Amino acid sequence: MNAAVTSPSSTVVDIRKLWTVFKSPDGEQVVHRDLDLHLDRGEVLSLVGGSGTGKTVLLRQILGLQKPTKGAVEVLGRAPGELSAAGAANVGMLFQHGALFSAFSVLENIAFPLRELKLLPDELIRNAALVKLQMVGLEPQHANKSPSDLSGGMIKRVALARALIMDPPLLLLDEPTAGLDPEASDSFCDLLRGLHRELGLTVVMVTHDLDTLFDLSTRIAVLADQKVIVSGTAREVIAYPHPFIHEYFLGGRGQRALEALHDKPAAGKAPPAPQPEAARAEER
Amino acid sequence: MSPTPSPADAPATDDAFAPPRAQTQDVDGRTWAVASGCWTTLAMSTRPAWEALAKDLAALPPADDRAWDLRPIGQLDHIGAQLLWEHWRQAWPATIELSPQHQAVLDQVAKFTVATPDEPPKSLSDRLHALAHHGPRAMVVLRDFVGLIGQLALDLCTLARAPHRAPWRDFSGHLYQFGATALHITALVGLLIGVVLAYLISQQLRNYGAEAFVVNILGLSLIRELGPVLAAVLIAGRSGSAITAQIGVMRVTEELDAMRVMGIPHGFRLVMPRVLALAIAMPLISLWTSMAALAGGMLAADAALGISPSYFLSALPRAVPISNLWLALAKSAVFGVLIALIGCYFGMKVKPNTESLGRGTTSSVVTSITAVILVDALFAVLFKGIGFRG
Repeated sequence: MNAAVTSPSSTVVDIRKLWTVFKSPDGEQVVHRDLDLHLDRGEVLSLVGGSGTGKTVLLRQILGLQKPTKGAVEVLGRAPGELSAAGAANVGMLFQHGALFSAFSVLENIAFPLRELKLLPDELIRNAALVKLQMVGLEPQHANKSPSDLSGGMIKRVALARALIMDPPLLLLDEPTAGLDPEASDSFCDLLRGLHRELGLTVVMVTHDLDTLFDLSTRIAVLADQKVIVSGTAREVIAYPHPFIHEYFLGGRGQRALEALHDKPAAGKAPPAPQPEAARAEER
Repeated sequence: MSPTPSPADAPATDDAFAPPRAQTQDVDGRTWAVASGCWTTLAMSTRPAWEALAKDLAALPPADDRAWDLRPIGQLDHIGAQLLWEHWRQAWPATIELSPQHQAVLDQVAKFTVATPDEPPKSLSDRLHALAHHGPRAMVVLRDFVGLIGQLALDLCTLARAPHRAPWRDFSGHLYQFGATALHITALVGLLIGVVLAYLISQQLRNYGAEAFVVNILGLSLIRELGPVLAAVLIAGRSGSAITAQIGVMRVTEELDAMRVMGIPHGFRLVMPRVLALAIAMPLISLWTSMAALAGGMLAADAALGISPSYFLSALPRAVPISNLWLALAKSAVFGVLIALIGCYFGMKVKPNTESLGRGTTSSVVTSITAVILVDALFAVLFKGIGFRG
């Protein structure tokens, strides 16, 4: 259906021997040491790690917003800097707080990357933005609101619609469900899963929400000791002996989320709540 | 792709950069419109590719009997599908051949394409209402500003009762920020204005042979008027905007709300230290600016008229009564209070978005410069009998 399915090369993100060092007056702080990470098309990779292990830094390096101290980052076979220049057609990013342009309306926010091409006709852009708005579960009458009139969940949805406007093959999510209530997080997960299925996206996400983690990801990569200590399915990761993994997944919260994961096949068959309902419930 | 024989000879392409095209082809006596290539945003977003595609589509105006073959399309994303859908005037063509995955994308676009919800247009009465609002809005600004002054007075009483609880660290920080760091720019501007003024005056005075009066004119105008006003305008642009931006950002990031929840009053913690700091820094800055301007004037008078600095300095106290200095200092303190209050007022009024922050900062600077000049005129009228010899 789109690039993810038909393009011959299967590597989307390739990170080799990455070093990130922050220099401060009191000395150097090594965040990543010889970090390797590889991501294939169609995967949903979750980055997990304690605070300050450089998850967001890694996302920013994939986006080309930050340069690694040493090592190579390749996204879709090119350096990330070149990708940013090519715009939103290659990589979509959902920032933690949405990063919507507060001077624009919802529709203008979503249409912004397309408008900036200064190529496509206005009518087409507006309709495309409206389609994306509804794909993320919002209704057309939200189009003229300004970002300050939206609730947290709606801001996330609009930001997601903006990230997806050009159907990028790679989508990066920074804490997609942080600050959402459980129902909104669930419907956001359903939405992401649906989009992943329909658009064949490759997704990298940073999350601390264990439910989201087990629900969405096809692979989990754990950052600790300045590198990826293990990456694999939830089962493989949990089986890996490391104190951080033990604390993170086998603490009380982790146990509960795991139980939910085991119950999933039965629960998963229940029809998800209709999207517009959920969106309406979130509206202030 | 579909294995059935396609009217198009070209095979479906997997090349991610094949430009999107649409052409006519005659098969079995029927005219088919055949779309091929890569109908994605990335492939369309170069000007040559887009222009070629737009020309192709213009040559294929939507007609009832046209059959479409989309099977040669390599990739179809939502923008490509939207383009086709718009080209079909948002209705399916009578005959269409396409693969199921492209069908899914087109179905979704077809389902979600709706008329743009228009913003309700402004009616005449809305416009009249908006215009009529300007009057009450001015009253509201005035009322809020008076409220701010009243709050400041109350806070000063609180300060007098319990001086140890005041935010003295903040105060000293602001004093440094508004005062000490402004010394370079005010000195430079003052010096240059002094030089320019002295040259201008000396040209005229030489015509009348009244060179010695350059001291009187320079001394009186610089100390009494130009020094304080010049300094106040500079500080309004420099510190007034900073105050508004600081408080405005605190509003955007909800820091103001956090303070209120903790029971820390904005007036006592944010407004009062800034007002006090500017009330003290402003007279000092204005004195400093006047000194720099006089130094510039003195040098220029030496160069242009041959009036020696020693004569200049000895004649200055005789030409300018000391009351002018007190007047200038008092005026400057009032300017400082006004600039700080206006800056705080517009900062508090910022709404949580970037546009409002920009507008607030602009209004703050414009309003405080206007206020400074108005108050200066008021001082000139009120104290017209003070500080002149003879």
